[in-house]
Amino acid sequence: MTRLSSAFAKGHPALVTFITAGDGDTAANLDALVEGGADVIELGMPFTDPMADGPAIQAANLRSFDQGTTTQDVLTIAREFRQRHPEVPLVLMGYANPMIRRGPDWFAEQCRASGVDGVICVDIAPEEDQELGPALRGAGVDLIRLATPTTDAARLPAVLDGSSGFLYYVSVAGITGKQQAALDSIEGNVARIKRSTDLPVAVGFGVRSPEQAAAIARVADGVVVGSALVELVGEHGDQAPPHVLALTRALAQAVHSAERQPA
Amino acid sequence: MTQQPNSFRNQPDERGHFGQFGGRYVAETLMPLILDLEREYRAAKADPAFKAQFDDLLAHYVGRPSPLYFAERLTAQLGGPEIWFKREELNHTGAHKINNCIGQILLAIRMGKTRIIAETGAGQHGVATATVCARFGIPCVIYMGAVDVARQQPNVFRMRLLGAEVIPVESGAKTLKDAMNEALRDWVANVHDTFYIIGTAAGPHPYPELVRDFQSVIGTEARAQMLARTGALPDLLIAAVGGGSNAIGLFHPFLDDPDVAMIGVEAAGHGIETGQHAASLTGGFPGILHGNKTYLLQDEDGQITEAHSISAGLDYPGIGPEHSWLHESGRVKYLPITDQEALDAFQLCSQLEGIIPALESAHALAALPKVAKGYRADQRILVNVSGRGDKDIFTVAEHLGVKL
Repeated sequence: MTRLSSAFAKGHPALVTFITAGDGDTAANLDALVEGGADVIELGMPFTDPMADGPAIQAANLRSFDQGTTTQDVLTIAREFRQRHPEVPLVLMGYANPMIRRGPDWFAEQCRASGVDGVICVDIAPEEDQELGPALRGAGVDLIRLATPTTDAARLPAVLDGSSGFLYYVSVAGITGKQQAALDSIEGNVARIKRSTDLPVAVGFGVRSPEQAAAIARVADGVVVGSALVELVGEHGDQAPPHVLALTRALAQAVHSAERQPA
Repeated sequence: MTQQPNSFRNQPDERGHFGQFGGRYVAETLMPLILDLEREYRAAKADPAFKAQFDDLLAHYVGRPSPLYFAERLTAQLGGPEIWFKREELNHTGAHKINNCIGQILLAIRMGKTRIIAETGAGQHGVATATVCARFGIPCVIYMGAVDVARQQPNVFRMRLLGAEVIPVESGAKTLKDAMNEALRDWVANVHDTFYIIGTAAGPHPYPELVRDFQSVIGTEARAQMLARTGALPDLLIAAVGGGSNAIGLFHPFLDDPDVAMIGVEAAGHGIETGQHAASLTGGFPGILHGNKTYLLQDEDGQITEAHSISAGLDYPGIGPEHSWLHESGRVKYLPITDQEALDAFQLCSQLEGIIPALESAHALAALPKVAKGYRADQRILVNVSGRGDKDIFTVAEHLGVKL
C-alpha cells in the first residue's frame, strides 16, 4: 500500500488539508496539520497567475513570493517534511508552468526524490496528459486529477484514465475558497463517480467549517480544506501554527467521526 | 527549426495543436465548455447562414472592406519599395478588434449564452466587445487591470457609455494578464450562461483558431485588393504582434504563397537587453499560461514576468500559439521594435500620410526603415495599420514632454 492509499484506508473519512509553500512558517504549519490529525497534506506551489484560485490563496501566493520562494524551496520544504513525517502522504498542488519549466522528467524525479506522493496540476486537462502524466507515472508519483460538476458521464472515463492516488472532486463550478455546494448535489456526484472507479474520492472547494466538513465526510472518502487554513496563515503570519493546529483538530474530529453513509 | 510542412494553413490539428504549441490547458470545469464551443464553431463554420450574417455585419456595421492604400510620401521618404497600408484603423471602433467580436458574439448567441465577459488591456477589445454587446442587447462585464483603468480613462468611459460593466482587477500586477486571470475565474463560476470573448488569437483551443478565422478577413481582402490594384501579391507583409490577432489575420491567407515574406513585430519596450519588454519570442521560452502552450516571458522557475511596452495593446507576456509555431518553422520572421522607434514611426506616419496610427501599428511601421533597403523599387511592402492612434495621443504627448 502506498502512503496515499493507506490514508484512505483508516476506517474513517480522510481529512485533506492545503497550505501554500513559503507562506508563513511553512514547516511549523505542516507539523501543526499533522499533529491536528490531517490524513493527507497538499502543499501549494506558488504561481504568479493562479487563475483557479480565489482571493485567499491568491494572497498566499503573493506572500510566498514576497519571501522569495523558489521551486527549489518548495522541494526542500517537501523533503524536510518527509524526513520529519515518514508516513504522512504529501501532495504538491499547483499550475502547469512551474512544473514543466525544467522538463517533466526533472520535475517528476525531484518529486520522487523529495518524498512527494502525488501531484495535482490544475491546468493540465487529460487531453494534454503528455505534458506531465507519463513522467510522473514513470517516477511512481500519483497524478491526482480533478473532476467537477461539469464533468459529465461521457467525459468521466477520460478523467479517470491515468489518475491514481485519489480523485479530487471539485464540488462547485468556480474558484477556491468561496461558494459552497449543496450537499445533495455533492452526494449524487460522488456516488456517480464512485460507480466508475475504485479510487477514493475527496471533495473540496468552499469547505470551511467542521460542520460542513462532517456533512461532506458522510458522503465521500475525504474532505479537502484549503482557504480557511490559508486565511489563518494570512491573519497570524509566523504565529499561525497554534491556530492552524486548533482548526485542523476540530476539522479532523468532525471528519473522522462522521458516520459514513453506504455508497 | 522543424521540418517544413506541405501547407502552413492546415493548423491546428484536431487537438488544437500548432506543432508543439496551442492545446487546451484549462481547469477541468472549463473543459466540457470549450469542447462544446469547438463543436458549435465547427457547425457555425459549415452553416451558410452564419457566414452570411457575419459578412453582412462586417459590411454594414463595421464598414468593410477596409481600404488598401498606397502610402506615396512614406514610399518616397524611404526611397525604396512601394509601401502599402491595409487600413484596419478605419473600421468601426477604430481597430481590427471588432472583426473578431462580431464573430464571437454570433457564436455566443448561437450557443444560447446570455452573458458576455471579456478582458482588456488598453481598452480597445473592451470597447469592441461592449459595442457588439450593445448592438445585440446582451449584458457584458469587462475585466481590466486597475493600473490600466487608471491610465485609460477615456476607454473606460466609452465602455460604460456602451452599457458595459467595467470591473477593475486589483490582483497580481493589475494589468492585462491579471484581467485575463480574473475573466477566467468569472467564467469558471458562470459556465452555464456565460460566453468569454477572448480578444486575441490565444487561449485554449479553439480560440486561437476561431479568432484567426474571423480576423482572416483582413488578409483575404488584402490579397484580392493587391492583385486588383497592382496585379501582383505583395513581397512582404508587416504587422505588429501582441497576442497576434491582427498579424495572423493578415498573414494566414498568404502563408502558402512562398514568395510573400512576413515579419511580425514584437514590442521591445526599453530594449530587449533591459529586460523591460514584451517580446515573448525574442526574449521568452515555451510554457503554459491562459489555456495554451506558447512562448512566454518567464523566469527560471516558470513564474510569469511582467511585460513592458509603451503600447498597452502589446503589453502582454505571451503570444498566440500559431505565431510560436510560425516562428519555430521559420515561415514568419519576428523583429523587436523599441518604444522609441515606435514613437518615431508614430510621428512620421502622422506627418507624411495624415494618418495617426495606433502605437501598436506604429511598431509595425517602425520596421520599415530596417527592412525596406532589402527590397527594390518595383517591390511592395504591405503594412497592417491595425488601429487608429487617437487613443494614444495622451501617452505620446507625455513621452514628447507635451502637456495637454
